Amino acid sequence: MKVTINGKEQEVSGIKSVRDLLDHLGLDCSKVAVEVNSCVIKKDEYDQTAISHGDVVEIVRFVGGG
Amino acid sequence: MMQDMLVIGGRSFNSRLMVGTGKFSSPSTMKDALAASGAEIVTVALRRVELENPDDDILSHIDLGRYLLLPNTSGARDAEEAVRLARLARAAGCEPWVKLEVTPDPYYLLPDPVETLKAAEILVKDGFTVLPYINADPVLAKRLQEIGTATVMPLGAPIGTNRGVRTREQIEIIIEQATVPVVVDAGLGAPSHAAEAMEMGADAVLVNTAIAVSNNPSLMAMAFKKAVEAGREAYLAGIPEKSLRAQASSPLTGFLRE
Repeated sequence: MKVTINGKEQEVSGIKSVRDLLDHLGLDCSKVAVEVNSCVIKKDEYDQTAISHGDVVEIVRFVGGG
Repeated sequence: MMQDMLVIGGRSFNSRLMVGTGKFSSPSTMKDALAASGAEIVTVALRRVELENPDDDILSHIDLGRYLLLPNTSGARDAEEAVRLARLARAAGCEPWVKLEVTPDPYYLLPDPVETLKAAEILVKDGFTVLPYINADPVLAKRLQEIGTATVMPLGAPIGTNRGVRTREQIEIIIEQATVPVVVDAGLGAPSHAAEAMEMGADAVLVNTAIAVSNNPSLMAMAFKKAVEAGREAYLAGIPEKSLRAQASSPLTGFLRE
């Protein structure tokens, strides 16, 4: 299925949940925040939040800033 | 001296210097400068993860037991984007504190007062401790404190310009009317600028660029720490009135010619 991640459309397979997607991308769940279709996902909802074809996902992390 | 704490949103802090984490040449330079500054509140930004470089993580260099992380909403062009960023920061595991900045203008990075007020209303209702970055506008500062922001953060000069407290007279009015801590943010380019803000009665200052881009960020952080403390102590001591005429410090009697 196709999912847009941080503005880029990507083909992913075998992914059902936000947790699966983060694992697939090699991201540490504790260090990021995720939005699916403009909806902020809490960390304890990563397992039960489904990812489906056409979803728009934003994954952010902290960087230096003033 | 009695303990002089900075209280924001019900929390007490010893340090009145907040430090930003942007523009440092390396994480270790940042870490050392934060330690030297004595800061207890440090700001960070939120950006998209670079999927090609997922290990880059600033939090591994910030001791969260020592510093309160204050995520900003930099990059937000309107209230909606700012609210979204604040909620993402909270979802990332931060305490619900946010330095609210809405800066649609890319050249001066001046904050949009209408969108800032709108976002502040939403975030305060949503349970956030909101520290809004604003132009030095006393009317806006009042409106924000009325809706329940934890501070107001008027700018001294545009972000990263190092020009000092150019908004002095407006900030004086803000301080006079404030019922929440006033944090002078942005534009402070030298410790003397920070001392000036504190002498005026600001409750705290936020500094990033001047520390981060100096040749020796740790030394500069220490200089800002001293300046903030000096300015605060001078304010508490009471700075005497100015006069045009000289007022002799030595006795005006017992001269040799008498």
